[in-house]
Amino acid sequence: MANNKKKNDVVELEKVVVRFAGDSGDGMQLTGSLFSDSAAFAGNDFATFPDYPSEIRAPQGTISGVSGFQIHFGHTFIHTSGDFCDVLVAMNPASLKATLKWTKPNATIIIDTDAFNEKGFDKAGYETNPLEDNSLDGYNVIKAPISTMTKAAVADLGLDNKVALKSKNMFALGVVLYLFNRELDKTYEFFEEKFKSNPLVVEANKRVLRAGNHYAENVEAIVQTYEVQPAELEKGTYRNITGNVATAWGLLAAAERAGLELFLGSYPITPATEILQELSKHKQFGCKAFQAEDEIAGICSAIGAAYTGSLAVTTTSGPGLSLKSEAIGLAVMTELPLVIVNVQRGGPSTGLPTKSEQSDLLQALYGRNGEAPVIVLAAKSSVDCFYGAFEAAKLSVEHMTPVIFLTDGSLANGSEVFKIPKVADLASITPPLAEANDPDYLPYHRNEEKLNRQWAIPGTEGLRHRVGGLEKDNPTGNVSHDPINHQVMTQLREEKVNRVADYIPDQNVFGDDEGELLVVSWGGTYGVMLTTVEKLREEGKSVSLAHFRYMMPLPKNTEELLGRYQKIVVCEINNGQFIKYLKMNFPQYQYMQYNKIQGLPFLVSELEDKFNEILNDK
Amino acid sequence: MTLDTSKMEGLPQLTKEDFVSDQMVKWCPGCGDHAILSSMEKVFPQIGVRKEDFMVVSGIGCSSRFPYYMNTYGFHGIHGRAAAIASGVKLANPNLSVWMITGDGDCTAIGGNHFIHAVRRNIDFNIILFNNKIYGLTKGQFSPTTDKGSKTKTSPQGTFEKPFNPGQLVIGAQGTFYARAVDNNPKLMVEVMLAAQKHDGTSVVEILQNCVIFSNKIHDMVTSRETKHENQIHLKTGEPMIFGKELDKGIILEGTQLKVVKIGENGITKDDLLVHDPTTEDPGIHDMLCNMTAPEFPVAMGVIRAVKQETYDDLMVECIEHEKEHSPMKSVDDMLMGGNTWEI
Repeated sequence: MANNKKKNDVVELEKVVVRFAGDSGDGMQLTGSLFSDSAAFAGNDFATFPDYPSEIRAPQGTISGVSGFQIHFGHTFIHTSGDFCDVLVAMNPASLKATLKWTKPNATIIIDTDAFNEKGFDKAGYETNPLEDNSLDGYNVIKAPISTMTKAAVADLGLDNKVALKSKNMFALGVVLYLFNRELDKTYEFFEEKFKSNPLVVEANKRVLRAGNHYAENVEAIVQTYEVQPAELEKGTYRNITGNVATAWGLLAAAERAGLELFLGSYPITPATEILQELSKHKQFGCKAFQAEDEIAGICSAIGAAYTGSLAVTTTSGPGLSLKSEAIGLAVMTELPLVIVNVQRGGPSTGLPTKSEQSDLLQALYGRNGEAPVIVLAAKSSVDCFYGAFEAAKLSVEHMTPVIFLTDGSLANGSEVFKIPKVADLASITPPLAEANDPDYLPYHRNEEKLNRQWAIPGTEGLRHRVGGLEKDNPTGNVSHDPINHQVMTQLREEKVNRVADYIPDQNVFGDDEGELLVVSWGGTYGVMLTTVEKLREEGKSVSLAHFRYMMPLPKNTEELLGRYQKIVVCEINNGQFIKYLKMNFPQYQYMQYNKIQGLPFLVSELEDKFNEILNDK
Repeated sequence: MTLDTSKMEGLPQLTKEDFVSDQMVKWCPGCGDHAILSSMEKVFPQIGVRKEDFMVVSGIGCSSRFPYYMNTYGFHGIHGRAAAIASGVKLANPNLSVWMITGDGDCTAIGGNHFIHAVRRNIDFNIILFNNKIYGLTKGQFSPTTDKGSKTKTSPQGTFEKPFNPGQLVIGAQGTFYARAVDNNPKLMVEVMLAAQKHDGTSVVEILQNCVIFSNKIHDMVTSRETKHENQIHLKTGEPMIFGKELDKGIILEGTQLKVVKIGENGITKDDLLVHDPTTEDPGIHDMLCNMTAPEFPVAMGVIRAVKQETYDDLMVECIEHEKEHSPMKSVDDMLMGGNTWEI
């Protein structure tokens, strides 16, 4: 296709952000993911982010019904889904209105003019037609009658209007694929697979895609096309993966590596549900995904399975973590392995279910009755959800303690390019199983180094014992109300978690070993933090990044590391939780903070401004 | 899930002593729990399961201390959640014989949701529900089974609320097994516990249990030596519903209602009495039997409902086996490499 182009003005770009926006029913998520596939096959690095309303079908044509999908792809490494887009597809006035503020001043905007009518302006809250009131000056606007041309493309297939219009998103995709000199074959293959039971629909989608592509080739508004060269990724097999699927797969990999059955006790909750859905598919590995009657039953069934010898997991989001608090305490008391995945969302209460936030850190660290320490890990990217979930399982099993694994809505729904590992190359996982008929077995006898107790699985001869929520005698495991014993056990449980610091790596720093400004962040903000700090360092600024993944315990070098920089700024998508934790642990340092609590990720530009302001403030 | 008893072959016959724990039993003297514990210690050796394959799970309350007093694998959970914990245990290892011990507060108040859903799913474990119609461990507040109007510490003027009938809850939740016994009849307790164990699916056994401190003699009309014959009926499969000290009373169906009749009066003979069939899918009669209340009716004892249906655990195991056999993915590596991938 690239050879017979009429437009031979091809501009090379390092990286590009494309956003598809339309009504909830317009199929923007599918369009976006098909375009992501094309970036994958072109060898680009990329990251994506879907942005859709919490209502399944919000009122058609309104701002609240806008569904978006953004992809950032490039020849260079991509760490975020991008701040502002270079190309916007707006299928109706509402999507233009909702998205224009995230669009670069000189961006290309592809518009379905058929949807730009009085009714559409009214629903979107436009008083004048944005195509005529100069509000789009400076943009390269491609005004395409997408609905009309879609109908024309399939006119002789005998489809009714409604069905025909369903494929109008493919017209838009055809235009964008042309813009970036991408082949149509892969998308054809997708249609053939997806709609194999309905050849008419395959044909309709192919025709509309091709129609969009031809339109782009002929329309005068498109004066040039773009080429984004492959990224220099390591050799290997790659796939695109969302954070939630990565979490599910990391757990499956851990179960296989540990030689344990995976048991998930869970309850649907946005944005964590896909983990339950994904694990429900994988019974072929013996995975038991139990959809319980509520959040509490989810975790309690997992605790039962943990006692019985499964790699036990429960998955949830903030409100569900609150409901599980008492049961997490039970897992702390019984010293059983249990992975609690919390896909954070905006809170408190129901909050912003489809928006991301990092506001459950303190809940994860401290949200239980009594002294109930647990390990807390936080994934730093969608791909890291795989490795983080794997490590959460490993630490939980080997140290016989619950682990809270924090991800967030952005990571969960966002996707990244994932270099596929081999399970055999992942770390080993060795459950501390008690041996049958061990005459010296005592339920709370501990390993000297890790302080974990042994795991005695029901069914094993000679190890019958009881555990429960009441305080237990050290080491016999009998119920004990002895005052001194309670203090000893409380301290042992705390020390057991603290000693995990001996089994995790030191905190690393991107940048200099010492310097003017240390940027501190944690969890899902890694991509945008790294992009910003890279950019400022290229400008010669003394900025380094310490991005945390191990929240409890903190890496052993944390205290020393923080002391090597003149200024520290802690950046979080919450009202300042990690900073409180750092101040409490290391009160000798001065911390600045930068927080955003809008249900939106950080922008590189706003972080840049903040860091420059700090650097300039002598 | 039918238990695999093959491991029992060649093993010595177990006795009650195999299940007696070395822990001091701390229930009040005279508490009905002692007799239930003793019955269970008698039941376990008769089941034909290795002693390592028993698992006792409980929630919170006086009765829920039970696991500490049985020498098996055991889990003393948190308030109301025993059914959820037991579900996880049974699904994680369907070969275990799982027994859940709970009380009326633990099971029908805070744990009501888990209880009805466990019953609905028909996961194969046994629930022994100690019903003393009071919160004992918190010292005397009314529970969801306390009779309306009862004066307790939190209802000094009498309760305003209707009580739950656990049997009717089981039937409402489409339960497959429900039996009732009293704590002063060890023979009956052993009989229904063994029947519960034999039943595939969630088996609920309600035991009318006496709390000597906070609701002493609450079941007296039904259980005392003087009145029990007129106020209890022991239901037996295939036998007419007869009761009374002289075995001269029975139950008939009149229209759509149960009715107590005297044999010999108004031409009633034994042949007119209802014959007990716990196996009918239709729960209509079972529901009415659960609902019989003294002194108008004798309270029904024995196995009231035992219906054969598929269990959740069997279906889950079958599905897993099927997927293992037919899925092209044999390892996590296959999954990782499956679908849309590309080489660089």
